Amino acid sequence: MADGGLPAAGVPTVRSARRRLAFDGIGIMVSGVGFGFVYGLTARTDAGFSPIDVMAMSVFVFAGAAQFAAIGYVAAGVPWPVIGILTGLLNARHVLYSAALGPWFRGRSFGERAVAAQVLTDEVFALSLSHFRRLGRFDAFGYWFAGIVIDFIPWFLGTLSGALLGDAIVDPERLGLDVIFAAAMAGLAVGLITSRRELVAAVVGAVVGVAVSLVVSPTLGIIAGGFVGPAAGLLVPAASTQDRAPSRNEAPPDRYLMSRTHKETPPEAEEAP
Amino acid sequence: MTAVYTGLALIMFAFTYPSRAVGLLAPGIDRLPKSALDYLQLVGPAILSALAAVNVMIAVEDGHSVFTVGLPWLSVLACIAFVAWRRNLFIGLAAAVLIAIVGRGLGLG
Repeated sequence: MADGGLPAAGVPTVRSARRRLAFDGIGIMVSGVGFGFVYGLTARTDAGFSPIDVMAMSVFVFAGAAQFAAIGYVAAGVPWPVIGILTGLLNARHVLYSAALGPWFRGRSFGERAVAAQVLTDEVFALSLSHFRRLGRFDAFGYWFAGIVIDFIPWFLGTLSGALLGDAIVDPERLGLDVIFAAAMAGLAVGLITSRRELVAAVVGAVVGVAVSLVVSPTLGIIAGGFVGPAAGLLVPAASTQDRAPSRNEAPPDRYLMSRTHKETPPEAEEAP
Repeated sequence: MTAVYTGLALIMFAFTYPSRAVGLLAPGIDRLPKSALDYLQLVGPAILSALAAVNVMIAVEDGHSVFTVGLPWLSVLACIAFVAWRRNLFIGLAAAVLIAIVGRGLGLG
């Protein structure tokens, strides 16, 4: 065994890998509480969600961007079934995450995989895939620790606190809370942009969204932007493999990190003894 | 305490869970056509930016959409700049709120 808990072959021990996982998760926990608090507050003040609604969103949906987006949909009067479809599109990236993690879960029970899917977020994907790669195998404790302790609990408590406090705020505009939604959406979009294709998709999505809003309605503008933007992005030639969606477990974990997550050290760098 | 939007949460769950579960419960989903995976990857940035732009640039007056320019633009641009620079949304949101408070304090909107 080499120094730092690494065996001679360069594969860390389970204990050191879990310690690293926990350490990497500290920033996400803090960010989860803070961002969750802002979400709960905005959901309460902008869309009139009750604390029960906010809790239900955080338990059943458990996806920050989609939960934030729902505030805008509700405020714009988008019908619920359409909100469902838009949410499905916004969260479609999870298909890539689950496809990349699928091989690591081989041999686990159907029930465990079914429940594990519910806590699969951007952050849990990034943390757990890095953890498995570090170890060279699946680690159930590591996955659940990332999903429940690092991501779910801080997010849930943050959103609930925000929702409870939101009731006490009588003038959100005076406190600048009215700009949080738009700023959060824009910031989350920026966090997802790592290539020219995504940049084009975002810019076209915004332009089409505004144009259709002016001509028809904001509701249709948002929907049109979400559909047309990606199509425009596909017209941009992929400059490298980074610009293309991965397949067959090729997904590097940091490829999908959103802005409220940390940056992972590349596996080859962190595995060096 | 009401639970008006709890039903919406369940609808959103119904549209979110399948994409999370499909790869774990039905291996082989990664064999979707490359163009379909590429499209899915671009949906996030497009829909989030559309939401932000419409929220900050469009106001509805008497049932008609009108283009608006105001202090929220500055707040959102500051947030974008901070997230691009620091890769930290929380700092970006703090900057956006600060600009809104200071701007309104100065009577800018």
